[in-house]
Amino acid sequence: MLTGLFAILFYVATVILVVGVAKRIAAYWRTPAPLKIPTMPAPRTQGGMLYRMGREVVLFESLFRSNKWIWIFGWVFHMALFLVLLRHGRYFQESPWFLTEIVQPFGKYGGIAMVAGLGGLWARRFLVERIRYISTPSDHLMLLLLIGIGMSGVMMTFVAHTDIVALKHFMTGLMVFDWKPLPADPVLIAHLSLVIILMVVFPISKLMHAPGIFFSPTRNQIDDSREKRHIAPWAAEMEK
Amino acid sequence: MAKKVDFDTPALSEYLQIPVLQEGSMAHSSPFVAKPDHQEALNFPGELVENWHDQAIAKMEDLSKTSRSFSLFLDICVHCGSCTDKCHYFLGTADPKNMPVARQELLRSVYRRYFTFAGKYFPNLVGAKDLTRETLDEWHSYFHQCSECRRCSVFCPYGIDTAEITMAARDILDAVGYGQKYDNEILGKVLKIGNNLGLPGPALKATLEDLEEDLEDDTDLPIRMPLNEKGADVLLITPSADFFAEPHIDGLLGYAKVFHQAGISWTMSDYASEGANFGMFIGNYPTMKKVAERIRTAALELGVKRVIVGECGHAWRVAYSFWNTLAGTGHGAAADDKYAQMLQKQLDPRYPAPQHIIEFTYDLLQRNALKIDKSANDHRTVTFHDSCNVARGTGMGGIERGQFILPREVIKAVVNNYVEMDSSTMFEETYCCGGGGGLLTDDLMELRVKGAMPRMNALKKVFDDEGVDTLAAICAICKSQFSKVLPFYDMPMDMITSVHQLVGDALVFENND
Ligand code: SF4
Ligand code: SF4
Repeated sequence: MLTGLFAILFYVATVILVVGVAKRIAAYWRTPAPLKIPTMPAPRTQGGMLYRMGREVVLFESLFRSNKWIWIFGWVFHMALFLVLLRHGRYFQESPWFLTEIVQPFGKYGGIAMVAGLGGLWARRFLVERIRYISTPSDHLMLLLLIGIGMSGVMMTFVAHTDIVALKHFMTGLMVFDWKPLPADPVLIAHLSLVIILMVVFPISKLMHAPGIFFSPTRNQIDDSREKRHIAPWAAEMEK
Repeated sequence: MAKKVDFDTPALSEYLQIPVLQEGSMAHSSPFVAKPDHQEALNFPGELVENWHDQAIAKMEDLSKTSRSFSLFLDICVHCGSCTDKCHYFLGTADPKNMPVARQELLRSVYRRYFTFAGKYFPNLVGAKDLTRETLDEWHSYFHQCSECRRCSVFCPYGIDTAEITMAARDILDAVGYGQKYDNEILGKVLKIGNNLGLPGPALKATLEDLEEDLEDDTDLPIRMPLNEKGADVLLITPSADFFAEPHIDGLLGYAKVFHQAGISWTMSDYASEGANFGMFIGNYPTMKKVAERIRTAALELGVKRVIVGECGHAWRVAYSFWNTLAGTGHGAAADDKYAQMLQKQLDPRYPAPQHIIEFTYDLLQRNALKIDKSANDHRTVTFHDSCNVARGTGMGGIERGQFILPREVIKAVVNNYVEMDSSTMFEETYCCGGGGGLLTDDLMELRVKGAMPRMNALKKVFDDEGVDTLAAICAICKSQFSKVLPFYDMPMDMITSVHQLVGDALVFENND
């Protein structure tokens, strides 16, 4: 029963996540940026642009320049999330990949750092008047959802261990359409349910910032407007 | 409609304070609405159309297909708050709707409601709102409290540029017949007559002849102000404010002196006697293209080899970043791009196209081609204001950060006493003068004075502590705005100066002919 339900939910959520995100990305991809609008000063080469984008994605450079509090909470949360995700690789691979192996010890504490970062971000939504003003209910719910995922994960790591061998069988089984029983541990069930919700809301929410940043013309364009003519297909039509 | 209100000039302080929110404190600020003839001259409906609701939504649909930043920027903001304290209008007015993200939210709430799953089915959860008649009024108000300065985009982790959102919103308002008078009236003039002032060819010619006489009185030299001269090497495109306004006009005299001493043949054009392009301010591509094409046409007709742009911030952004796109005024078009090749074949590939007058003068200084006596400016202590469009929308000299380096090098080459303002208010973090983006109109005076506060704060410090008495700028709007708002902050209006006035004053002419 439980196994079947979660197996189906995971399939549905995966389809929604993949198709939903792909559709949004396709729309961004297809839609031209009609004008050159990099936020200057901007790199003058492709390599320079990749370096700028890299600093933005890995270090959150613009955020750092702007506000150290948002930066520290946001950066810690995202980097911890990254570690935790890598660590979760072990549930999907028969024999874990070396990176998955390496992060195991740190990844363990990643969960705690993640929840701490999220807590800081949430506190700002109450404590800082300007951020309180711009926060919508969905902003709060999103943080609640992530904190719920983080807390239930941390619980299973440090307090009430779940049967991870059985879990691994369930997950690897899912991937080859061979259903193995899912352990009926309430904390695990809560954890997985919240993850499924996250997967479903991803393509219809602000979480799209993750793929979206790569398409942001103010960050991914190069300062070469005088040397190369940039023109959108619909604009070129106006010249015929 | 803008009401006449008495307002207090914001107080200046040692450190810039982030204000406590005052909801609705600027809700009364809204510029005059464009009249039917202003609208129709730009092919917009004359007045608010009956089916404005559907038209506005259709326009949004259109924008989401033609411009990636529209839906991308509306989709991916995470409400992190990083931009909330970065806008000079927020800092000066304390109105929370002047926080960049809150300004975006005025449009985003409607976008969500009509174009996203979450907004269609769970509007309250994500702050989605129906488009109502009041929404349009609110847009007209707050999207004319943004100078499209892009300061917020520097600090956004995804580079979300509120200027793009403001331009889109103004484009939507124009499409339903609810435009802004100041911008649209001016655009009508440039499209009909050739410049924002509506100064016809003969009047321009007479003005330039007067200026030639002034120059001759001043230098005893026949320094020229050529108009419509076929076969000149350089076409100069400058904001029309340079023809009549103070302190702009002294900048124009400065360019003429530089051209004279460099011995380079140049001309202006009455058909394209305007560097400004308010088409950018209203976010309307076809209008912006039409204005830019006048310059292309003039360059083709006059047969010039180079196009040089005078001191104007947004004009330089349009020229540097958009001209090549809009009118092929640049280099590097594809071989089969007939439209762009026509002009590009004519332009001299050894020079950037277009080129800024600062780049031109800098190059001459580097080659020691100008004779300078710095002491002519010794009675001044100068500081420089980075204009937002130059700083965050363009480059100079073909090097990264050239837009900061070149103007300073030019100033330092002609001035002995130079002082820099607080660096957190300069370079790419520069604060707008408060009058950019199509807001330089008397019906927005309160906004302009309050929005100038952060810049005035930094200026006042060097004014008091370092004896700065000259504020140099390379933007026509900055110059007009500063001469209006400086007195509100107890500084003299005439301290604002064109960079090329400083250059012109320091040039030495040996009268040996
Ligand atoms: S573009 Fe400039 S004026 Fe507009 S919201 Fe951003 S900081 Fe404010
Ligand atoms: S900084 Fe960017 S993501 Fe953050 S609130 Fe402002 S616009 Fe949104």
